[in-house]
Amino acid sequence: MSTLEIKDLRVSVATEQGRKEILKGLDLSVRSGETHAIMGPNGAGKSTLGYALAGHPKYEIDGGSVTLDGADVLAMSIDERARAGLFLAMQYPVEIPGVTVADFLRTAKTAVSGEAPAVRTWIKEVRGSMEQLRMDRSFAERNVNEGFSGGEKKRHEILQLELLRPRFAILDETDSGLDVDALKIVSEGVNRAREATGLGVILITHYTRILRYIQPDFVHVLVDGRVAEEGGPELADRLENEGYDRFLPAGASSESA
Amino acid sequence: MAVQPGAGGASLAPVQTRDERPWSYVPSAFSAPDRHDPAWQFLDLDRLAPLLDGATDAAGEQNAPSATFRPEDILSALAWQQGDHEPIVIDGEQAEPVVAVVEGTGLEPVVARNVRIEARPHSSGTVVLEYRGSASLRENVEIIVGDGAHLTVVSLQQWADDALHAAAHQAVVGRDASLKHVVVSLGGGVVRINPSVRLAGDGAETQLLGLAFADAGQHFESQVFLHHEGRRTKGNVTYKGALQGAGARTVWIGDVLIGPDAVGTDSYEQNRNLVLTEGARADSIPNLEIKTGDIQGAGHASATGRFDDEQLFYLRARGIPEDEARRLVVIGFLAEIIQQLPGEALRERLFEAVAQELSR
Ligand SMILES: Nc1ncnc2c1ncn2[C@@H]1O[C@H](COP(=O)(O)OP(=O)(O)OP(=O)(O)O)[C@@H](O)[C@H]1O
Ligand SMILES: [Mg+2]
Repeated sequence: MSTLEIKDLRVSVATEQGRKEILKGLDLSVRSGETHAIMGPNGAGKSTLGYALAGHPKYEIDGGSVTLDGADVLAMSIDERARAGLFLAMQYPVEIPGVTVADFLRTAKTAVSGEAPAVRTWIKEVRGSMEQLRMDRSFAERNVNEGFSGGEKKRHEILQLELLRPRFAILDETDSGLDVDALKIVSEGVNRAREATGLGVILITHYTRILRYIQPDFVHVLVDGRVAEEGGPELADRLENEGYDRFLPAGASSESA
Repeated sequence: MAVQPGAGGASLAPVQTRDERPWSYVPSAFSAPDRHDPAWQFLDLDRLAPLLDGATDAAGEQNAPSATFRPEDILSALAWQQGDHEPIVIDGEQAEPVVAVVEGTGLEPVVARNVRIEARPHSSGTVVLEYRGSASLRENVEIIVGDGAHLTVVSLQQWADDALHAAAHQAVVGRDASLKHVVVSLGGGVVRINPSVRLAGDGAETQLLGLAFADAGQHFESQVFLHHEGRRTKGNVTYKGALQGAGARTVWIGDVLIGPDAVGTDSYEQNRNLVLTEGARADSIPNLEIKTGDIQGAGHASATGRFDDEQLFYLRARGIPEDEARRLVVIGFLAEIIQQLPGEALRERLFEAVAQELSR
């Protein structure tokens, strides 16, 4: 049983107009096996939370703490965090020319588990996961994310999630851009990971649709860099019906659906 | 002996069309390299000066002219007159590559040599020219690809850091013949390999590839000239460079000329550079000149970019340590060229060599 503990997290980003505060004191505690949905209007800071947890250099930590079973995550480098068991499925996965998916997966697996996986079982595992995610085998020989459609990129993120077996995953809008069937396939992938490894999930989304497949234990509403409200799955339905207006200052309105 | 109009001393007129560049077998017909001349503008001429040693007392014509090779600068003319002429002939289907190694033993004396590679009609084969050690080398490589022949030529520079190497490659590709020409520069001080290819026969094809990995203080240059003369000829020029360290320098000038008879031509040239650290510089100049309206397609692209931190982040976010992530990205960038090299062993060697460059 592991715990990812985020306390009073404050994060800013350097912009041309100077430093911009985005997360303004965020608290969140996730334990193994739990799924926390994070919803909130565009620009609220959801992706920023994911990047900050993963250690993206653009995001500066101004205060607060993040610990994984007591270990100071914020003191770790990007790759140390991943090796400690954090995984960020990105909203916009990056293309890497000339690096094949097969090489990339093997290199990442070797890095995360500290030893090269046994060739035969590894190939079987990769193929099995790809099959379940309905990814054609030919993807293994293609370059990472290069020319992948939006939905294919998302499947590829979940493929990595399954193969790398992290302890906690942040899924940043993994549902956006997926058709109905793909949404189901990808959700099943996440659920397999939850069952197989007791994965703790922070699931960032704008839609309740994915929450029908991946049931959250908690829903948090992130507005202007803070958690504005927390509740159970029913909160998500309420947000879908009412929007975020009641969380926003009078006169302001959210762009999100 | 023909000195072309304009080839004499100071009277060099600005060249309008790339194939009208003056040429001569006589070194004294050329003026000394000058930084205002576009052909020399990017070079550090002081550094290159040793290659001009002996230029003034070079005698007139000694070696017989060739129907297919025309020296276009003083270094090439010097090499022609002073160097040995070594033939390499490809006949029939050659399974194993012909490997010719130059193992330099010092910067002095300046060495000159000429290699003439001839692929007989309907033959196929590979020639690998390798360069190691220290040397000051002026060189001409004449390449003749007979009708229906398929030839691969690789020039692989793995010189020591102080080597000087100026080479002119000139190729003529016959009817329905193809040439794959690859310039790989990983080591050396100043290395300039200028390939010039005439797609002379109808249906001739060429792929001109280049890979440069320049470290601190290294200058790697290629002025590429692709001339479509025949009908339905196809050409692809792809040069890639990675640069790291203070004063690392690459220069690429790509001239493509589609002649008046070259109907149905398909041509594309591109140069891409990856600047890994501050203080490195890549110059990239594509030129395209088209003299017939009836072509399949022609295009060019040039891009020089910094190391992509987002790519690095993505790989590291999957647990891959920074060093290894950088290595993956750079090797990935250069892989497009390496994968085109003939023979698994050579490809492996190149991947290994690039990885070593990265850990320097
Ligand atoms: N690198 C950056 N440079 C400038 N501004 C940034 C940067 N990253 C984030 N921001 C700003 O910070 C705010 C929060 O962005 P973030 O991407 O975290 O929002 P989000 O909640 O994920 O929104 P969405 O629902 O649209 O994905 C936005 O106003 C955004 O413009
Ligand atoms: Mg976002």
